[in-house]
Amino acid sequence: MTIRQQFLDAASARILIKDGPYGTAIQRARLDEAGYRGSCDLSRDQKGNNDLVNLTRPGLIRDICRSYIDAGAHVLATNTFNANRISQADYGAEALVEEINIAAARCIRAEVDAAVARDGIPRFVAGAVGPTNKTLSLSPEVEDPGYREVTFDEVKDVYRQQSAALLEGGADCILVETVFDTLNCKAAIMAVRELARDLGRDVPLMISMTLTDLSGRNLSGHTVEAFWHSVRHADPLAVGLNCSFGAEQLRPHVQLLSGIADTLLLAYPNAGLPNDLGEYDEAPETTAQLTGEWARNGRVNILGGCCGSTPEHIAAMARAVEGLVPRSIPVPPRKTRLAGLEPFTMAA
Amino acid sequence: MEHPAAIASFVNIGERTNVTGSARFKKLILADDYEAAVEVAREQVGNGAQIIDVNMDEGLLDAVHAMTTFLKLISAEPDIARVPVMIDSSKFHVIEAGLKCVSGKPIVNSISMKEGEESFLEQARICMMHGAAVVVMAFDETGQADTRQRKVDICARAYDLLTGIGFPPEDIIFDPNIFAVATGIEEHDRYGLDFIEAVAEIKQRCPHVHCSGGLSNLSFSFRGNETVRRAMHSVFLYHAIPAGLDMAIVNAGQLDVYDTIDPALRDACEDVILARRPDATERLIALAESYRGKIASEEKAAAEWRGWAVEKRLEHALVKGIDADIVADTEEMRARVEAEGGRPIHVIEGPLMDGMNVVGDLFGSGKMFLPQVVKSARVMKKAVAHLIPYIEAEKQEGARPKGRIVMATVKGDVHDIGKNIVGVVLQCNGYEVIDLGVMVPWSTILETAKEQDADMIGLSGLITPSLDEMETVAEEMKRAGMTMPLLIGGATTSKVHTALRIDPAYDGPVLHVLDASRAVGVASRLLSDTQRDGLVADTAGEYDKVRIARAKKGQSELLPLAEARARGFQPDLDRKPPAPRQPGLHVFPDWSLDDLRETIDWTPFFRAWELAGNYPAILTDDVVGESASALHDDAQAMLDRIIAEKWLTARGVCGMWPARRDGDDVLVVGSEGEMRLPFLRQQVAKSRSEDRRRANFCLADFVATEDDWLGGFAVGIHGIDDHSARFRAGHDDYSDILLKALADRLAESLAERMHQKVRTELWGYAPGENLSNEDLIREKYDGIRPAPGYPACPDHSLKPILFDLLDAPENAGLELTESFAMWPTAAVSGFYFGHPESQYFGVARIGADQLSDYAQRRDVDMEQATRWLRPNLD
Repeated sequence: MTIRQQFLDAASARILIKDGPYGTAIQRARLDEAGYRGSCDLSRDQKGNNDLVNLTRPGLIRDICRSYIDAGAHVLATNTFNANRISQADYGAEALVEEINIAAARCIRAEVDAAVARDGIPRFVAGAVGPTNKTLSLSPEVEDPGYREVTFDEVKDVYRQQSAALLEGGADCILVETVFDTLNCKAAIMAVRELARDLGRDVPLMISMTLTDLSGRNLSGHTVEAFWHSVRHADPLAVGLNCSFGAEQLRPHVQLLSGIADTLLLAYPNAGLPNDLGEYDEAPETTAQLTGEWARNGRVNILGGCCGSTPEHIAAMARAVEGLVPRSIPVPPRKTRLAGLEPFTMAA
Repeated sequence: MEHPAAIASFVNIGERTNVTGSARFKKLILADDYEAAVEVAREQVGNGAQIIDVNMDEGLLDAVHAMTTFLKLISAEPDIARVPVMIDSSKFHVIEAGLKCVSGKPIVNSISMKEGEESFLEQARICMMHGAAVVVMAFDETGQADTRQRKVDICARAYDLLTGIGFPPEDIIFDPNIFAVATGIEEHDRYGLDFIEAVAEIKQRCPHVHCSGGLSNLSFSFRGNETVRRAMHSVFLYHAIPAGLDMAIVNAGQLDVYDTIDPALRDACEDVILARRPDATERLIALAESYRGKIASEEKAAAEWRGWAVEKRLEHALVKGIDADIVADTEEMRARVEAEGGRPIHVIEGPLMDGMNVVGDLFGSGKMFLPQVVKSARVMKKAVAHLIPYIEAEKQEGARPKGRIVMATVKGDVHDIGKNIVGVVLQCNGYEVIDLGVMVPWSTILETAKEQDADMIGLSGLITPSLDEMETVAEEMKRAGMTMPLLIGGATTSKVHTALRIDPAYDGPVLHVLDASRAVGVASRLLSDTQRDGLVADTAGEYDKVRIARAKKGQSELLPLAEARARGFQPDLDRKPPAPRQPGLHVFPDWSLDDLRETIDWTPFFRAWELAGNYPAILTDDVVGESASALHDDAQAMLDRIIAEKWLTARGVCGMWPARRDGDDVLVVGSEGEMRLPFLRQQVAKSRSEDRRRANFCLADFVATEDDWLGGFAVGIHGIDDHSARFRAGHDDYSDILLKALADRLAESLAERMHQKVRTELWGYAPGENLSNEDLIREKYDGIRPAPGYPACPDHSLKPILFDLLDAPENAGLELTESFAMWPTAAVSGFYFGHPESQYFGVARIGADQLSDYAQRRDVDMEQATRWLRPNLD
């Protein structure tokens, strides 16, 4: 059976739980620069390069992964949010991108395989691909709105390199997450589809958008519905929303996407809004209660946590959705659905 | 045209950002003046283009550079980038470069089989990878398709190839080539007709595709004669759209309204386009000469008042609503004020406002009525429109409006007659009204109110789901920290709902405005330093009372659902209607408007204009008789034109299907198998419940548990948009509102006539029925036609099921918004129950037990069901 089918089967049996973030957990280990760097020969300061930890402290990554598995997660993402050539350039670590991603996927694969062997519950490894820190839709120069720091083909190559390494390390699918720029996401989609074509197999995608304001648009200006029209050609296994705000603020947007997306619905909000000190202090029960309501209303198929979430948050969410019926996938009428920043549907 | 993009059926593609179509745009791009070029795009979108076509195919240009530069620039402009882009080039590498700059889901224009299947499919795959829809030209290895057969064959072949590689059929748009006609070459005579026929056949052969075309080729022979070209384009679209043409690249500003084209020219164009006679070309060429530079002139009727002093003439024109000479009179007044050293603004502040004050006083004292006030407003608007250029030239602050009000019909709703009336009345009284139109999301309302520094917001809506949306607007205003007053109006709104739901959601003042005549009073008091606090406090107190009364009110007792069901109505099954003579669907693409005119129910028409009384007595009423008669005359005159010039098309579909009752549901066997229609039951405990007329009714009661029938219908009046746009462009709100109100009446009339046809012929359970119009209006017949959203069947969300059964989008051209409002707005839909004992009733309040039972039967969650049924819940 294909991975896609296995995933769909698992998702029809229950609401799947996705893990929480790695950044928060790594910070808690309080590594010093040498702890991050390990034996890598790099000229710049590596403190804060969370992706490098896959190579230098794989045991730590496996511990974090296990804590999420123990909390009840079925979808385990790799710790590779910034493991791409563009973001790693800030650390002078571009040359290590492939190694980092392969190592990251292997860590998670090993923990997931061990857990499945233990209890037979299906679990999946999602190769996480972040947005990079460059945007294809906007100019960084106020004076020159037509200027772009990168080209579509460059970004596509960056995504292809990272995705190929994640698959090589054992990822089941690619999760394009925290999409603030829809065009970056389209480059990622094209990269993965071309990769799948060259590998001669299906590589399922999951896509998750992030909003920059409460009215429900991402940084490139797309509404949730316009975003869905713009990425639907990826035939994603799941589409969703992550980061942005806490569950309370994300609710109307999850509800909107849930009503229109004819695929699995994924949502992993932050643990509330940051307090005055920039810390997330929403109690696990609060997050679980808010996301549990989505589940009870049949709005979600996959639930997890983003910034500020801990294994306790994930465990509380898992308990809250235990035994609930997953969202059934809507079947919207077949129509030509175009998009600018706003959706445009042609009459049938 | 102000209808929302999402439900417009014909798509307007802006063509001004195309170097091959616009000399001005080409000049700007060649001069590297991208800043001005971006403004062209902005103008296009502002003028209503729903998609913008970008083409840089010009020999002197680096097309890749120009395409990518321009696309990146417009993506930085939210008011342009909100619409999808059409990337237009004959060179695929230009298209591909463009695709890499577009973040939404664009259309590629175009690919074809010109260079064989292999390169066609390769290009299609690239488009698919980018998620773009494509225009496919009817072009193959041997050349462009000219005849009907070639067009159809090539498109069918392309369709099979594309769907074969997994290309979504709904993302295919065929362009079967519009060629020039009336060229003098005989082989070209059928080009127009061939295109139209091919479109119909392609749509049939290739499910889900769309058809498009570039219109300007058609009239190529008449370069330099704009009148003839415009007429040809309009006539062509008039015939091609019904055949299935979904979109066209055309300058929307350069189309004529079909009905306003000189009939002689229209016929000549039709002869050419439809190849109706061999000498069609010669005849059109001969006729075309007479249209070069022709200016229409109209004779003006002189009357006694024309001899009065200009101030009196202005006042008379305003009070009587006569616009024939208003521009000339205003100009005369302006010239005199100028000669006396005054400013153009003084014309408005002086004689025009004096005149409007007379109107306002007459209206306020009940001596003038709404239709007349709206006519006065039309005159005022025309006068002001004439003065504005002078005021702006003077570069001085214009007349300070008394206040600025942002008005909108909320998201999901398309009804705007009432809102337009209120807007006009406010404008007449010196308020500035920013009308955002229909289907307006809350974010737009809030943004506009903030940007324009509005004094208050007015929300309108007709259907019950709009009540929820108004609550959302109030909540969002609160979240945004706003405090300006919020006015609520529209047929389903009420003081009770406003007090219970909207007022608590917002911190600023919320006021329910019962009708247009109250709007000015409320607005002026809200803006008065001395009266505002009093009004706000009074209203808040009043709403508190409503809430307390509501909380205390011993609400009528509800029966448990099981008991209510046990007390359901039991019809006499021996009187069950027979099986229909003609079951299945019946489509009426063009019901005679003459016929519908006969059965119009006029009373609600007068109510729409806030004139109280029953027709025909209202025409001779002591108080409103004169106003009602004048309105009725205007309505009759407009009906004459609507019918003679065929402004509107009445379309409808009805059907009868085998049905059986299952509890409170009716199971109906339509073309796609059995469908479940859950209905609601009255739950209020009734005294003397042994009387079967006091049963706890549910519509399902009227259907037998086996071997019975149910019908359904949907009707709509099409074609008001062009006329409405024309009226509004001419500052003529009166005719606009009149037209919309008449369209509503024609829709109701069609519903009535169709029901009659069903009873007497199609179902035929009452073949001998013979009722007068009054008896029809009083519903003195067997059987009922309850509509979703009305008391017997309050859930609007049954409409999608009804529409599916009827295939109403296809058969009656009707669409539903997300809140289940019908588009076009002049539309009626409902179910037919044939049992002679079936009757109308109101479901009223229901209990939590029925709510959860209904949610299960509808297979939706509680939240969804609660939203749908909120008006029937506590």
